[in-house]
Amino acid sequence: MYKIESKNVNLHYGSFHALKGINMAIEKNTVTALIGPSGCGKSTFLRLFNRMNDLIDGVKIEGECLIDGKDIYSKSIKIDDLRKRVGMVFQKPNPFPKSVFENVAYGLRVNGITHKNFIEERVEVCLKQAALWDEVKDKLKKSAMALSGGQQQRLCIARALAIEPSVLLMDEPASALDPISTAKIEELIYDLKNLYTIIIVTHNMQQAGRVSDSTAFFYLGELVEFDSTKKIFTNPTDVRTQNYITGRFG
Amino acid sequence: MRLLLVLVKPLPLTVIKKILNKTIEGVLMLSSTITTLTVLLIVLFLFKEGVSVFKESPLDGDNVIVLNNQNDVNHLSAADIKKIFDQETTNWKLVGGANDSILLFTFNDLSNYFSEEELGPEFEYLPHKMDSLIEANPGMIAVFSKKYLDKNHKSKVATIDNISPKTFLLGKEWFPTANPAVQLGVLPLILGTLYVSIVAILIALPIGLATAIYIAEVAHPKIRAIYKPVIELLAGIPSVVYGFFGLIVIVPLIQKIFDLPVGESGLAGAIVLAIMALPTIITVTEDALRNTPRAMKEASLALGATQWQTIYKVVIPYSASGISAAAILGIGRAIGETMAVLMVTGNAAVMPHSLLEPLRTIPATIAAELGEAPANGIHYKALFGLGCILFIITMVINIWVETISKRRVNR
Repeated sequence: MYKIESKNVNLHYGSFHALKGINMAIEKNTVTALIGPSGCGKSTFLRLFNRMNDLIDGVKIEGECLIDGKDIYSKSIKIDDLRKRVGMVFQKPNPFPKSVFENVAYGLRVNGITHKNFIEERVEVCLKQAALWDEVKDKLKKSAMALSGGQQQRLCIARALAIEPSVLLMDEPASALDPISTAKIEELIYDLKNLYTIIIVTHNMQQAGRVSDSTAFFYLGELVEFDSTKKIFTNPTDVRTQNYITGRFG
Repeated sequence: MRLLLVLVKPLPLTVIKKILNKTIEGVLMLSSTITTLTVLLIVLFLFKEGVSVFKESPLDGDNVIVLNNQNDVNHLSAADIKKIFDQETTNWKLVGGANDSILLFTFNDLSNYFSEEELGPEFEYLPHKMDSLIEANPGMIAVFSKKYLDKNHKSKVATIDNISPKTFLLGKEWFPTANPAVQLGVLPLILGTLYVSIVAILIALPIGLATAIYIAEVAHPKIRAIYKPVIELLAGIPSVVYGFFGLIVIVPLIQKIFDLPVGESGLAGAIVLAIMALPTIITVTEDALRNTPRAMKEASLALGATQWQTIYKVVIPYSASGISAAAILGIGRAIGETMAVLMVTGNAAVMPHSLLEPLRTIPATIAAELGEAPANGIHYKALFGLGCILFIITMVINIWVETISKRRVNR
């Protein structure tokens, strides 16, 4: 069984047809990169899986989105339970204006966990997983806003990991960061693959090539090509994919 | 010839533009200067008039207080005089004199002591007669016009304290028309103002906050499109209308519920003010709530927080300074409000003990009494003094809002 599946998904923003009949199946513990020019629907597709699109007025979704074989848009799914299983890291680092510790603990607290030792342990584990522990272990009580952009983004990753999701959605997680921070995030994604199924939206071809196992190319709301990263970057089937990855448009 | 041609040549366009720009700049500068000067002038005028109350004697008109020469007392305060003439103080011992009972003399008592013939035509013998009368009665205190004071008087004129800032601010009695000495204690008015405003805010804040959260975060856009303009409309209703509403609806309701002799009370004022402060509180709070970055809300929701958890754990803390600014602005609105409070609080200038009793606020006092206070008299000046106090209170509130909003920007 695939971890994540979309079956003939169509999405409309009002009269705009943003996703056109997307079929995709993603294996467990892999990294999938979504690439394509701006406005091609890759972020919209990503946000299908934690139902973030629901927040926007006038969105209409057809088709089936499955995680572990269950339709996440069925009435029996509670939306906040779904989001506990599907973590998300946003394009811009968006820590809460709270302490470093409270940022990571937030997801646990809203899930009703009050056990102090458990929270402390979990915060430490997640900060270590996000390769941030050594840098912040002395300033856990300091405001997260005082961290650098790269540290803030890793904090957001740690925050998403704290509630132990099985899927991690990343929407251009390194686009606002400098090359060193980007390298750290990429390393992290590579390490996290063993524990999570990751989908990452990126504009950076090299990044997609470095971190992902398979790559999906979106163009004008269509899924043009979805294959192993190696195949997409060396021998793409579709001429549009070829043009995009060689930088002829987009 | 050539020179003449240069002179009649039309001005180039750039020069015209330059002149136009300079003119516009000048007009803008002039209007802002005039506005600023006007504001400063008003403040200056207010304080000049207000502070001059401290140069006034509390004695009514050109009266003097005259005592027997043997009396140990030389000096009386306005409060002493009131107590003596209200016959609350009946012994000189109580105001620092010998143990002797006080004998009052006012102009109304004149016929009890003298016949018309004795006083002569146009009271020409009165100064001398008065002097002898006071000298004959060691315990006498007399008040009469300065012009009837004998030129070679043996009796002595008591010195009266001017109104001091301390008695003005901390005095508990406000009788600006009392005779022979006015009582200008503004404490009951200050307390009345603060009580009504604070209770108004305690009522308005929870309701306003709940409404703002509903409109900003929960309500369907269609409902918001109806509610918001209606609430903003509330801000445009003239305050007399609120006062009228309070008088017709709230006052009888309070009278019935609490079984009071009169419904006009501090509580009625607080409720009317709460309704009036609501639009300010709701609009400012809603703006603050909506300023919470979308990214913050999404981050919270993406972690599995429910909408309510997101509201109270992220949205409200994030807009805390905006919410406090809303509360303070609401208080400011309540403190300065005149007409509606005047209509429903019952206007009793007494120390407020309970919200169910009539009380009186500073703006209501000024509005109610300015018309009957003789210009440049002590009462008139005392009302300006009240204006100064109100100005200082609202200025402190404005500075407070300013610092809170700055904190918001700096974050």
